[in-house]
Amino acid sequence: MTATTTDTPLALSRPSGVRTLKNALATVFVALATVLTIIPLAWVLATVIIKGYRLLLTPTWWLQSQRGITPRREGGGAYHAIVGTVEMALICAAIAVPLGVMGAILLIEYGRGTKIARGVSFMVDILSGIPSIVAALFIYALFITIFGLGRSAIAVSCALVLLMLPVVLRSTEEMLKLVPDSLREASYSLGVPKWKTIVKVVIPTAFGGIVTGVMLGVARVMGETAPLLILVSYAVGINFSPTSDTMGALPTMINAGRDQPPQFPGYERVWAAALTLIIIVMLLNLLARFIARATTLKEK
Amino acid sequence: MTDTDATEKVQQEHTAADDPSLSPVVDHTEAHLHSPVPTVLHHEHHEPAPAPTPARPAERAPRGVKLAKISRTGDRVFRSLATTSGLAIVLLVLFVGFFLLALALPSLRADQDNFLTSRTWTVAGNELRFGIAGLFWTTVLSSILAMAMAVPVALGVALCLTQYLHKRVSGPVSFVVDLLAAVPSIIFGLWGLTVLGPFLAPAAAWLISTIGWIPLFSKSVDPKGSVFVASVVLAIMILPIVIAISRDVFAQTPRDHIEAALALGATRWEVIRTAVLPHGRSGVVSASMLGLGRALGETIAVMIILTTPPQGAPFTPSIFAGGETFASKIANNAAEFDSPSKTGAYIAAGLVLFVVTFAVNAIARIVAERGAKS
Amino acid sequence: MAKRIDVKNLDIYYGGFHAVEDVSMTVEPRTVTAFIGPSGCGKSTLLRTLNRMHEVIPGAHVKGSVQLDGTELYGQGVDPVAVRRVVGMVFQRPNPFPSMSIFDNVASGLRLNGVKNKGILTDAVERSLIAANLWNEVKDRLGKAGIGLSGGQQQRLCIARAIAVEPQVILMDEPCSALDPISTLAIEDLIGELQEQYTVVIVTHNMQQAARVSDQTAFFNLAAQGKPGKLIEIGPTEKIFSNPDEQATEDYITGRFG
Repeated sequence: MTATTTDTPLALSRPSGVRTLKNALATVFVALATVLTIIPLAWVLATVIIKGYRLLLTPTWWLQSQRGITPRREGGGAYHAIVGTVEMALICAAIAVPLGVMGAILLIEYGRGTKIARGVSFMVDILSGIPSIVAALFIYALFITIFGLGRSAIAVSCALVLLMLPVVLRSTEEMLKLVPDSLREASYSLGVPKWKTIVKVVIPTAFGGIVTGVMLGVARVMGETAPLLILVSYAVGINFSPTSDTMGALPTMINAGRDQPPQFPGYERVWAAALTLIIIVMLLNLLARFIARATTLKEK
Repeated sequence: MTDTDATEKVQQEHTAADDPSLSPVVDHTEAHLHSPVPTVLHHEHHEPAPAPTPARPAERAPRGVKLAKISRTGDRVFRSLATTSGLAIVLLVLFVGFFLLALALPSLRADQDNFLTSRTWTVAGNELRFGIAGLFWTTVLSSILAMAMAVPVALGVALCLTQYLHKRVSGPVSFVVDLLAAVPSIIFGLWGLTVLGPFLAPAAAWLISTIGWIPLFSKSVDPKGSVFVASVVLAIMILPIVIAISRDVFAQTPRDHIEAALALGATRWEVIRTAVLPHGRSGVVSASMLGLGRALGETIAVMIILTTPPQGAPFTPSIFAGGETFASKIANNAAEFDSPSKTGAYIAAGLVLFVVTFAVNAIARIVAERGAKS
Repeated sequence: MAKRIDVKNLDIYYGGFHAVEDVSMTVEPRTVTAFIGPSGCGKSTLLRTLNRMHEVIPGAHVKGSVQLDGTELYGQGVDPVAVRRVVGMVFQRPNPFPSMSIFDNVASGLRLNGVKNKGILTDAVERSLIAANLWNEVKDRLGKAGIGLSGGQQQRLCIARAIAVEPQVILMDEPCSALDPISTLAIEDLIGELQEQYTVVIVTHNMQQAARVSDQTAFFNLAAQGKPGKLIEIGPTEKIFSNPDEQATEDYITGRFG
């Protein structure tokens, strides 16, 4: 891809050989890099799909747990793990979403430019940098070491809140920023108080983007393993109670079986669980992006 | 300054109706209003200011406009909700920091070894001997390697997406690349251990045989669960974030700079070299640091891939050895947090990780802001 | 229904910055008053103090008085939100709510103020759209998105929205500057009709427009960069444009500056 030369009959020669060569090399490098990036994605997906798809086609996978199943035995499903993963993520969302959205409202609607806003923003930045293992450690230290509560799924959800909160807050913040001030002014000029303006005009306008942010946050925490390792014990049976100290989840289901040799049926189950997790997370991601595209404010 | 306090109210006489517009008003009494704003914090903000709460009926002329006082509870409640959330977040973060510190300190004090330089880690029993030197080495080594591999590739992809590909193609390709970020880390760990490790083994062997005289590449006992494999996986995992940010930065290269270069007859590479890259330099640095931060904190993938060396094994700088990072060490020993002193030791390690990650992220942000200003 | 506005010795400040100095004027009910003058001389600022919209900016405050039929808008205990229900505003760029349909847009002012009765809302929407000369164009698609209309139509939609809450006064901040000439003419005709029911104050950069639509014109100017804006002259439109008292006014009208 050399630079376009002019079309005049006074044919100006192409750039020097060295320059053309460098240009070509750059193109090759760039193309290679892109291919190199897509390969691992395709490879991982292919691996997981190939090794795990078979079990997903059976109804037992989706309806049964692993109770009574040993690595050497066939059978059982991932129901307990799916339920556990979803449940913990939802509890987390129930806390993180209101907190995050209201926090974003504080930053944008009430406090733009103020010291309070800067302080909160700074704290959120710190929060977003906490590695998941440290968040899990914190909850462990708080709930278990200090309060003596013992492991539980709720503890996991609390740790996940620390991870989901910055995601939700930042994306909501961006969405609120995108709502033009002229809309707020229009609402004020109709004699609408500020809080109503936020609730009935600003948020509905930003709603699609907020939902997207929430879904991406949920997708992220569903894949988090560290809190699960530290804060709850992996259960092979079905357990819906968030306060019990065992609960199944897809990441720990994978982790529990990762050392199995390929000959065992348990090996295939590990990959099937991995595929299940990827499917759920990818679906959420795709849905989120779809919603984002469908609800983008059309700029005039 | 609070809301309506800012507006100084004037008590005023009724002037005669016949010449109101141009005659100055005779009497001015300025009453400075003091509204007991119910929110916790007083600060400037833009708001259609709620009226001061002690309601006084508006002055009414016989034919005048009715301007009743409307209840402002809605505003008050909502605003305090928002402020409370903000405060809750601030307190939460501070609490996390102090709490972890408080728990780590006793263990740190009881530590018989030097926390920063020792490589041993005995936390069971009464004698605490632990140090993070080994953890630090493995963490930094794997993360920097990952960054070294990921950044050039990410740059190439970002350039491809913004400078080479047609808009219609770059959208979907971008999307596919972003999907890489959606894959949970445990799956990368699993795949890295079972698929990539064996795949890279010949490459590792070849490297050892050719440049094994460099200590970094020296032969080691664990080719499968090595830092090398972990670094490659980490590199793959941090690609999306570096690409996404670099892509945004490159896309914002001012059109004029690009066109100026083109007008001089530059090849596409030369345009990139003279217009795009210089403009995006701080953005790329920032993106790389964010990727580094991500690599530093990655737990599960590393935990699964890296083989833990046995206690007391001699130090080897080789990237083909196993090891433990801060994160993987904590995760590996999750079942053993039974005593406060033990837990404290792990928390201390976690805190170091947190501080390092925070520092890296902060640098990234500072670089980005400084770049945005110029 | 329409009210008379009395401004007395109004000074407007943004924080410490003195933006507009000592304005006094009267606007008779059911008339159109135009504010003209070069950029930055305080016309829009003054306009916004008439419905207390300037308070949206932190630190903005006034000294002096603005009265609506004798009721002091800046009196003790007066709620700015209530003021804005009585004094409506149309902005420079049409800003219909993107998440709402045409019907919902026009009804939004009423709905957000607590009116729920479908019958009342429907009547109000129809009445307002008719008054805004938009009814015939949209009556078959009230459920469609408000932002799907053309620029001129959107501005009329915003006018309908402002009218629906039955204000006494309508403020217009350069309502036509973002529109094409045909839409502009349509809005100007509309202003002529609106003045039968409302008091209208319009800020405009376009002197010919001011001459066309207004009964009374106020000319503002800056003494110098950084000085506050002042009301130089106010009077019947015909007089201002043919035989103004002040030299500065004449210079502006004839295009010597601005």
